[in-house]
Amino acid sequence: MKKIAIVLVLSMLICCFAGCGASSDAVTLNVLNWGDYIDEELLSQFTEETGIRINYTTLANNEEMLVKLQQEDCIYDLCFPSDYIIERLISMDLLYEINKDNIPNLQYIDDRFLDLSFDPGNKYSIPYMWGTVGILYNTTMVDDPVDSWDILWNEKYAGQILMYNSIRDSMGVALMKLGHSLNTRDEAHILAAEEALIAQKPIVQAYLGDDIKDRMIGGGGALAIVYSGDAMWCMDEIEGNPDLAYAVPESGSNLWFDNIIIPKSSTKTAEAEAFINFLCDPEVAAQNAEYIGYSTPNAAALEMMGADYIENETYNPPQELLDKCEIFHDLGDFINVYNDSWMRVISYAE
Amino acid sequence: MKLKRQAFSYPYIVWMLIFILAPMVLIVYFAFSSAEGGLSLDSIITALTNEIYMKVLARSVWIALKATVICLLLGYPIAYILSTMKKRTAAILYVLFIVPMWMNFLLRTYAWQVLLDSNGIFNSILSLLGLPAQQFLYTEGAVMLGTVYNFLPFMVLPIYSVLVKLDRSLVEAAADLGANPVLCFIKVVLPQSVPGIISGITMVFIPAITTFAISRLLGGGKFLLYGDLIENQFITLGQSAWPVGSALSFILLVLVLISMAIMRRAEHDAGEQGGMLW
Repeated sequence: MKKIAIVLVLSMLICCFAGCGASSDAVTLNVLNWGDYIDEELLSQFTEETGIRINYTTLANNEEMLVKLQQEDCIYDLCFPSDYIIERLISMDLLYEINKDNIPNLQYIDDRFLDLSFDPGNKYSIPYMWGTVGILYNTTMVDDPVDSWDILWNEKYAGQILMYNSIRDSMGVALMKLGHSLNTRDEAHILAAEEALIAQKPIVQAYLGDDIKDRMIGGGGALAIVYSGDAMWCMDEIEGNPDLAYAVPESGSNLWFDNIIIPKSSTKTAEAEAFINFLCDPEVAAQNAEYIGYSTPNAAALEMMGADYIENETYNPPQELLDKCEIFHDLGDFINVYNDSWMRVISYAE
Repeated sequence: MKLKRQAFSYPYIVWMLIFILAPMVLIVYFAFSSAEGGLSLDSIITALTNEIYMKVLARSVWIALKATVICLLLGYPIAYILSTMKKRTAAILYVLFIVPMWMNFLLRTYAWQVLLDSNGIFNSILSLLGLPAQQFLYTEGAVMLGTVYNFLPFMVLPIYSVLVKLDRSLVEAAADLGANPVLCFIKVVLPQSVPGIISGITMVFIPAITTFAISRLLGGGKFLLYGDLIENQFITLGQSAWPVGSALSFILLVLVLISMAIMRRAEHDAGEQGGMLW
């Protein structure tokens, strides 16, 4: 028993030393991000330039990230949550106030993406990527014009429609189709959206997450809801499917922002700020944005990426369209009302 | 010597305390507390009275029952055929049965996604025969297929291990006394294999009722099961939903314990009956 106790204690000590050991000569930043959401070559480039190591972890959705950041023993130093989650994190006082003197590259960020409603004055977050939500469709299967959300309810495409398996995106599409706000707190609107989604369910092929991309590239669906960055990825001439096209309905859509934040619990804020500054460097931002296909808020980087990107309406939608789009806001506990409706939708069986 | 032997069990006990008992205690604790903290039955009542939750529970039980029956109907003949084969052949086939289980079940389920897909092998065969393509993936049938496929070995193996130990001379004796093969099977083989059947049912039904990845991967999110519901409480709704999420887990746990108790009882009864047969 004693021996075992000794072994246990020793192994724990070794773990501790392994953890702190690294920090004595080189700081390690724990980065939590979405899958396929950074050019990983840049991580080693950063380590080469600064000597700061990166421990990179990924996960699948905003709600999961929120759970991780709420934990008391949160180990992460950098995260990339979306607008409404940042709003939530700020209200819970979980974010570190970024010292902008350490981020001179902030000057390259387009003013359009600064000082947004979810983080006035960018006290806690720095823009990383942005985009719209729209409809990705296969031009060989769809012959109607794709200019309204109603096409996702068209029975002609029964069994060929892919929806997102996340509450806010799918409920949001139904709310937009009905002409309501994405952030409505009117229960009648939410019930109407629920009815619309239940009516749509028989013609939906599946409610998926990231696998929507692979299915659409493989020709496994005619119409799908995707983020604009994913659409760029799917339409790529070499790795994607050239038959695919992307459209944002004329009536507007969801405009979203993923920003970089530092949790309040982080003890390596100076190094984290150095990494943010590195990501805002125009050359780095351009390489990163070209790699992952998402729209960069970095004006200098976009300039470097050239006309192919600047003139591409998926990548760089015209301002008139953006003016019609709406940003998600944190719903607080009201999310339960949305959730109940969404549960009724996905548990619905004829 | 004795002390030393005991010492070997300590890591195991520590392991069980940390990774099995402590989470269970936490589930029970959260299940009986309200969102504000403090003892309360609210979460359990919510979990039991919510119409959606009960509907999903009923569907999960129903799918698990169907999968168990299909596994039994497929698994028993397989086990029986294996047990009557030559030792060598049976051993090879037995290994072939186990080999896929060495691979993670998620990978195997992903493989079914590819097979069932519109460009998959089944649709290729259909198109070769000149038949129109079918939507196999993301149907209830696909969920059922995935469940049966993943859990079938758990039905075959216990039944096989009982049948292979069965005394063949008993069957011969029954035949000598004039019983036809069907009667031999019903009166001699079947009653003796009941313990295997029962542990097979337990090993299929319980994982099938708690599964959630299969319905997600092959059902395309259209067939919400109880496991998905629990996941949703913790992931989407966050900390305030932990009590209800735990209450749902607790209900599932009770359900599993009840079905295990029923199986135990059945096994016990079968044991007595078996004794009478002797």
